[in-house]
Amino acid sequence: MSALSDRLAAGKFTVTAELSPVRGASAAAMTDRAAALRGWVDAVNLTDNQGSHVRMSSWAAALAAKAAGLEPIMQMTCRDRNRIALQSDLLGAASAGIENFLFMSGDHPASGDHPGAKPVFDLDSTQLTWTAATMRDEGRLLSGAGLKPPPERIFLGAVENPFAPPLEFRAERAGKKIAAGARFIQTQYVFDTGVFAGWLRRLGDLGLLEACHVLAGVGVIRSARMLEFLSSGRVPGVVVPEPVRKRLGAVPADQTGAEGARVAAEIIAELRELPGVAGVHLLTAGYEKQTPALLEMAGVSRAD
Amino acid sequence: MGRFDADGVRLGQHEGRGRYPASPATVGEHKTMSRAPVPFRPRLSPRAAYLMQKVLAPNPVNRALGAAVERWPLARRLFTAGERQAKERLFGCRMCAQCALPVTGYSCPMGCPKELRNGPCGGVGPGGACEVYPELRCVWVAGYERAASEGHAGDLRRLQRPVDHRKFGDSSWLNYWAGRDENLWTADDLLARKGRPPL
Repeated sequence: MSALSDRLAAGKFTVTAELSPVRGASAAAMTDRAAALRGWVDAVNLTDNQGSHVRMSSWAAALAAKAAGLEPIMQMTCRDRNRIALQSDLLGAASAGIENFLFMSGDHPASGDHPGAKPVFDLDSTQLTWTAATMRDEGRLLSGAGLKPPPERIFLGAVENPFAPPLEFRAERAGKKIAAGARFIQTQYVFDTGVFAGWLRRLGDLGLLEACHVLAGVGVIRSARMLEFLSSGRVPGVVVPEPVRKRLGAVPADQTGAEGARVAAEIIAELRELPGVAGVHLLTAGYEKQTPALLEMAGVSRAD
Repeated sequence: MGRFDADGVRLGQHEGRGRYPASPATVGEHKTMSRAPVPFRPRLSPRAAYLMQKVLAPNPVNRALGAAVERWPLARRLFTAGERQAKERLFGCRMCAQCALPVTGYSCPMGCPKELRNGPCGGVGPGGACEVYPELRCVWVAGYERAASEGHAGDLRRLQRPVDHRKFGDSSWLNYWAGRDENLWTADDLLARKGRPPL
C-alpha cells in the first residue's frame, strides 16, 4: 500500500496538509507551493475544484506534488463527474502512481465561480468509496466488467464534519463510509475539541476506530477578515465557537494572525493527546511557508 | 415534471451566495417545472407515514393489484399518475422510481440539492439549514429526526446503492410490489459486520 497507509498502520502521528491547485496551467507553480511543506508533512491533499471554483485538476496537481517529493492524496468530489468519468479518472490516476484518494460529495456549484453549472452528483461520497473499493478488491467496475489489472495499491479515505447536524448521526455516517471501504477519515475544522471528542468516542463505541484512522482538521485564522468570513456562516459546514471568536477579537487586528496560530497550535497539542486521533489534517492552503513554524509551536517534530 | 410546490419556496428568495440567482421570469413566482432538487418538508407525520408503509407492503393483495395494473398500459399510466400526485403533494416526490422513503424517515433524499442517498453532506448549517437553500431545512436532518421519533434511526445506517437514471418517471410502488427494487439498500447491521456488502 501507500507510504501514507504504512505510516498510519505503524501508529505514528501523521500530518497531512491541504494544498490547493493553482488557477493556471503551470505545474511549476504547484511544485513551488509544495516545496515549503517537504519534510514537514507526511502527505498533501490536492483539492478538487474546492468551493466549486475552477482550478487545475487534482490528478495533475497530485502529479506535480509527487514530482516535488511529496506524497499526494488526490481528492475527488461527486459534483462534476458521473460514475463513468469517476471510475475512469481513478484508473488514470492510479496508473500514474497516485495511491491515496479522498472522496467527498463536494460543495454545490451554486457557491462557486460557475453557479450556472449542472450539478452532477450521480454517485454520493459513500457510493464512490464503495465503487473504488470494489474496483480494487474485486477487480471490477460498477458495471461488473473486469479490470486488467485492478488498481491494487489504492488507499481510500473519506471526510466527515462532526460539527454539522444531525450530530447524533455523524459517527454513523462516517461508519457507513468506513463500511464502504474508507480507511482514513479527515475532518472539517476542529475548533471545539469537546464536540470532536464526543464524536470520536461514538466512533470508538461503534468499534470503528480499529477499522479507520482519524486525521483531525485544523485551520489557522490568519486575520480579522478571515475570522469574520469564517464566523459569517458563509463557509459551508464551518463553525467558529464563541470562546475562539472572543479570544481572537480581544487582540489588536494586526495580531489576529499570531493569536490564530497560537490557537491552532494549542488545538493540535490537545488533539494529539486524544486516544483515537491518528494525526492532524492542516486546512491551511496558502499558508505553506508558515506551516513549519506552526508545527514547531505545537510540538510536532519534523516528519522522518 | 409536474407542478413542484416546494413548501411555498420562491426562486427569488435564493439570491446571493450559495443560492441560485433570481431571474426576471421567476421572481415572485412559485417554482414550476422544477428540474433542480429543492428540499421539501413532508406533509405527512412520521407516524402516519410508517402506518402507510404497512398498507403499501408487498402483500398478496398489493402484488396482485400491481400485476393487474402492469398488464394494461393505460392502467399503468393512470396508476403512475395517481402515485405521482399523491407523493408529490406529501413528500415532494421527483419520481426517481427507486423510493428510499421507507428508510429515510419519509423525508425524500431526492429533494437534497446534491441528491445524496446516504446521509447529509458536511455543509448543513448549525440550525439544520440546507447548504444551498439556507432558509430550508436539510432533508436528512428532518429524516433523522422523523425516523428517530418512531424508533427507526437505525434505518439510516443502511448503505444505499446508486440510482438507476433510466427508471425516472416510473412507478416505484409497482417496482416495489414486483420485487424489482430489492437491492436498493443493504441491511442495517453493516457497521457491526466485518466484510463489505457487494455493490
